[in-house]
Amino acid sequence: MTKKYKTFRGGLHPPENKAGSAHKPIEDCPLPAELVIPLSLHVGVPAEVCVAPGEQVLKGQMIGRARGLVSVPVHASTSGEVIAVEPRPHPSGKVLEAVVLRPDGADTPCDRVGEDQVHDWSATELLERIREAGIVGLGGATFPAHIKLSPPPQKPIDVLIINGAECEPYLTADHRLMVEQAEQVVRGSDIFRRVLGAKRVCVGIESNKPDAIQAMRRACTAAGMEVVVLATKYPQGAEKQLIFALTGREVPRGALPMDIGALVQNVGTAAATAEALSSGMPLIERVVTVAGPGVAEAKNLRVRIGTPLAHLVDYCGGIRGNLAKVLVGGPMMGAAQLGLDVPVVPATSGVLLLREEDLVLRPEGPCIRCGRCVQVCPSRLCPTTIAAYARLGRMDEAKDYNAMDCIECGSCSYTCPSAIPLVQSIRHAKASILAQRKKH
Amino acid sequence: MLAAILSLGGIGLIAAIILGLAAKKFAVEVDPRELALLDALPGANCGACGYPGCSGFARALAEGRADPADCTPGGKETVAEIARILGVAATSPEPRIAVVLCQGDRNRAADKYRYLGIEDCNAAQKLAEGPKQCPGGCLGLGSCRRVCPFGAIEITPAGLAVISRELCTGCTKCVAVCPREVIRMTPAAAEVHVLCNSHDKGAVVRKYCSIGCIACHICHKAAPQAYVIEDFLARVDYAQGAAAAAAVDKCPTKCIRDFARGYPEGCTFGGGACAAPSDVAA
Repeated sequence: MTKKYKTFRGGLHPPENKAGSAHKPIEDCPLPAELVIPLSLHVGVPAEVCVAPGEQVLKGQMIGRARGLVSVPVHASTSGEVIAVEPRPHPSGKVLEAVVLRPDGADTPCDRVGEDQVHDWSATELLERIREAGIVGLGGATFPAHIKLSPPPQKPIDVLIINGAECEPYLTADHRLMVEQAEQVVRGSDIFRRVLGAKRVCVGIESNKPDAIQAMRRACTAAGMEVVVLATKYPQGAEKQLIFALTGREVPRGALPMDIGALVQNVGTAAATAEALSSGMPLIERVVTVAGPGVAEAKNLRVRIGTPLAHLVDYCGGIRGNLAKVLVGGPMMGAAQLGLDVPVVPATSGVLLLREEDLVLRPEGPCIRCGRCVQVCPSRLCPTTIAAYARLGRMDEAKDYNAMDCIECGSCSYTCPSAIPLVQSIRHAKASILAQRKKH
Repeated sequence: MLAAILSLGGIGLIAAIILGLAAKKFAVEVDPRELALLDALPGANCGACGYPGCSGFARALAEGRADPADCTPGGKETVAEIARILGVAATSPEPRIAVVLCQGDRNRAADKYRYLGIEDCNAAQKLAEGPKQCPGGCLGLGSCRRVCPFGAIEITPAGLAVISRELCTGCTKCVAVCPREVIRMTPAAAEVHVLCNSHDKGAVVRKYCSIGCIACHICHKAAPQAYVIEDFLARVDYAQGAAAAAAVDKCPTKCIRDFARGYPEGCTFGGGACAAPSDVAA
């Protein structure tokens, strides 16, 4: 059955658990009493705050200026008063500078709204608008889109891939977006296509979303884009694995997709770009799946950036059972949170709540050399060897075993019968190797 | 049979002569002092001098590139011996040893989350800046213990690193590996230390640690010249350290420790005669 669809080597099949929210239409989440908008909504240099406490701001107004090359501006998600600019808990686990906003309830937009000249703009103008709108990759990496969309001229992009795989269990945000706003996704993809001058546009969707495939096919045919059905397998949505499944090309070690003429953007990024460029309203919201056995009702919500997770959980009927773990993202790659006071950021694709009884806490055992981690590794690494070297502090050997090629998908840890924290060890090795590299 | 023995023996003989001549012609002269120096060094290959092992340091010394005092683990005797071999005058600096400036073990300092990962402080520090609520406290996962070439570090059953004052040679390897900068080099003669590394305000410290410095200034009042309070944390001014002992019993959170009265609770250094903070108070 899996032979029918395109895929990659390795990977595994964790329980999908998407039934709870896959059929739920996206709802608008009401505004909270207080928005916390971090100045680090993206990877790279944090934005520089340009409002002061006590100032009134409008929805879509810039509150943080981009600083440096890999940086994008930050905008107010609604109109209201700036209460404070102070360090607040961030989903990364750190306490980072953020703008605290008290909404006035009027949601008054700033005057940029209403310009629709997308069709007249040149590629350079489009890129500038994308940068101004603060568009970042909504798949989770939050890399500024305008940088990814400007590869050097000697590396032309011939295939643009729109990522609708959504292979993480529980998450259905991209799924619902494709079902409900297929047109918008296609319009955004078209903007990317014009910027890049790509010949082929390919939308990859996992086979477990038949309604999304149908909706996207309908919208794509007219625009001259193709929809490719992918096998339902984790991590199908990982960049390199997706490129391989759709084009048969492999990204060489240490290289980027643009080196083989491919570029991947998430469906959420496409929809956000289309929205931002047609309405003039920058990136101030995203679709978030709230799911897991620890929440009363799983939902897909359109949430303003900066909304505290607690507000989302309340809107979904509150916590059910004894909450033990909160993850931002999916269960495979999501980051555990210290509390529900962290805000929604562009990387927040989902909020997963788990109860005490849902956690599987097995004591670590010895490696029994079963080879399962090697079998499932989509990057074709030998996780157990790298992890063993990392724990001995022998980072040079870990590097020789290509630790840097690990995409941190978590398949090895998931499948390990001895519950060895393989990904953590490999991530530790990667960070040490990077630190070493910086020193020299 | 005879031909075989003769031909093989002949080849062996010729090869031996060639090797013998080559050894004479290409002989590398080794400074005899270098071998003597190598003998004088501790032989731990700890790297504290900045050279790859003791032999590297010995060569550097013989060639006049290194300072005899760079062998901190060797102590005064080694430095004096090196100086004697080299025929130079060397003054060894005041010996320094490493101290873990924290007493917040599992029973005293609160955790931020349940850490289930690998036993490595640097790996744990990467997850939301460590599982301890205190931003500077010892994580107790033993990264320092594993790098110590002298077996001078112990992790107590409650998860706190303690450094032996007798075994520590001052090589600074543990200081370099600790992600929380809780290990500091201090004069070996100083026995009174403020064992806290949190710069949070007193009210915040009280929330997560029962033995942290709350910057109450009581030690400063008891021995004004021996204590400085900077950024909500008391520190012993080691230059004026003689008077520091006077404030040990005055500290309300017992975060000042006089190592003359024993090590933190739970460690086996000092013959296991470790004083609990309550004993110190008495």
